[in-house]
Amino acid sequence: MHEMSIALAIIDAVEAKAREEGAGKISGIDLLIGKLAGIEPESLAFCFSAAAKGTMAEEAVLAIEESEGVAQCGECGLKFPVAFYYAECPACRSFFVNIVSGKEFVIQSMTIEEEGE
Amino acid sequence: MCDTCGCSPDGGAVLRKPGQNNNHVHVSDTIFAHNHEEHHTHGHNHDHHKGTSRQVVLEQDVLQKNNLLAERNRGYFEARNIFALNFLSSPGSGKTSLLEKIIPSLQPLFPVAVIEGDQQTTNDADRIHALGVPVIQINTGSGCHLDALMVNRAVKELDLQDNSLLCIENVGNLVCPALFDLGEALKVVIISVTEGEDKPLKYPTMFHEANLCILNKIDLLPYVEFDAGKCREYAMRVNRELEWFEVSAKTGEGLAAWQEWLEKRLAHH
Repeated sequence: MHEMSIALAIIDAVEAKAREEGAGKISGIDLLIGKLAGIEPESLAFCFSAAAKGTMAEEAVLAIEESEGVAQCGECGLKFPVAFYYAECPACRSFFVNIVSGKEFVIQSMTIEEEGE
Repeated sequence: MCDTCGCSPDGGAVLRKPGQNNNHVHVSDTIFAHNHEEHHTHGHNHDHHKGTSRQVVLEQDVLQKNNLLAERNRGYFEARNIFALNFLSSPGSGKTSLLEKIIPSLQPLFPVAVIEGDQQTTNDADRIHALGVPVIQINTGSGCHLDALMVNRAVKELDLQDNSLLCIENVGNLVCPALFDLGEALKVVIISVTEGEDKPLKYPTMFHEANLCILNKIDLLPYVEFDAGKCREYAMRVNRELEWFEVSAKTGEGLAAWQEWLEKRLAHH
């Protein structure tokens, strides 16, 4: 639902960096979106193309890598994959689990085209 | 285009004071937008070759802009010893009613101010205004959540005092507001017995981010099939550290316990 404001935030960030680097346009953006980040990649890609019109990122290809959710049991220390914020430890069945990865939402890198002649 | 749903032609939130439907202040992005002209005076010598492309590493958190501003808000609150609470819930769980009920008991003890968030109207701010505390309304238009910029702007319109309580009532929404740090000290999620007891499992992000959960409308328990014990259990599954209170904003039941907790936290936050 808020993927549009997220798309605009991404465009702001890449444009600022692209200007610093003397780029004319951005041809690719690499995002890392954790499966527990609360962001829906398809929705984001959809909003992105609308948000990017008229900006340096207009023709940018979005590459989205999704990272898995991993939780660590607070009782026995086991690390295991999770799809939700709540999970039962497969070893000791405790619900006391901490999410140790999967919440990331990072612009990893981008590909820029230098200003041509 | 509106920056959340893309549907309204007039994007951007506005701030309103109670009863002032004509006068409003725009929460504009201009204070934080970098001046694009500045970047062109770098004097960098880029060779004008055609079509060279290269990869630039950013490793930048997307919500960085909001998070940085939220930290500035947080710093401001800490410096002035303002205890800021972010109230979150579905529409209709009783956020405003709860504030209406508890603020009169808190007012004699310390200054209280409120920031209200809704898509439209100053209805909630008007209700709080009637209690005699400073309040400002943020109308998000078609926006679905408050963000740090809106709060930053709203705080500048309010005359906050040192050693006070600031209640930020977020837009009624159990999804998006969980992702947007406002700079608050604590997130308070409110659900009511007229909702499903499995709410915490269906909206885990919100319950995971919250520090405190208030179950409201307990006066209606005899009339609904709601298992408060199960609801609490589900909530604890998602967030083991969640503090839990059961209240009725209507009858006042359970509010004294919550108030006592609030007073303690305010004294030691």
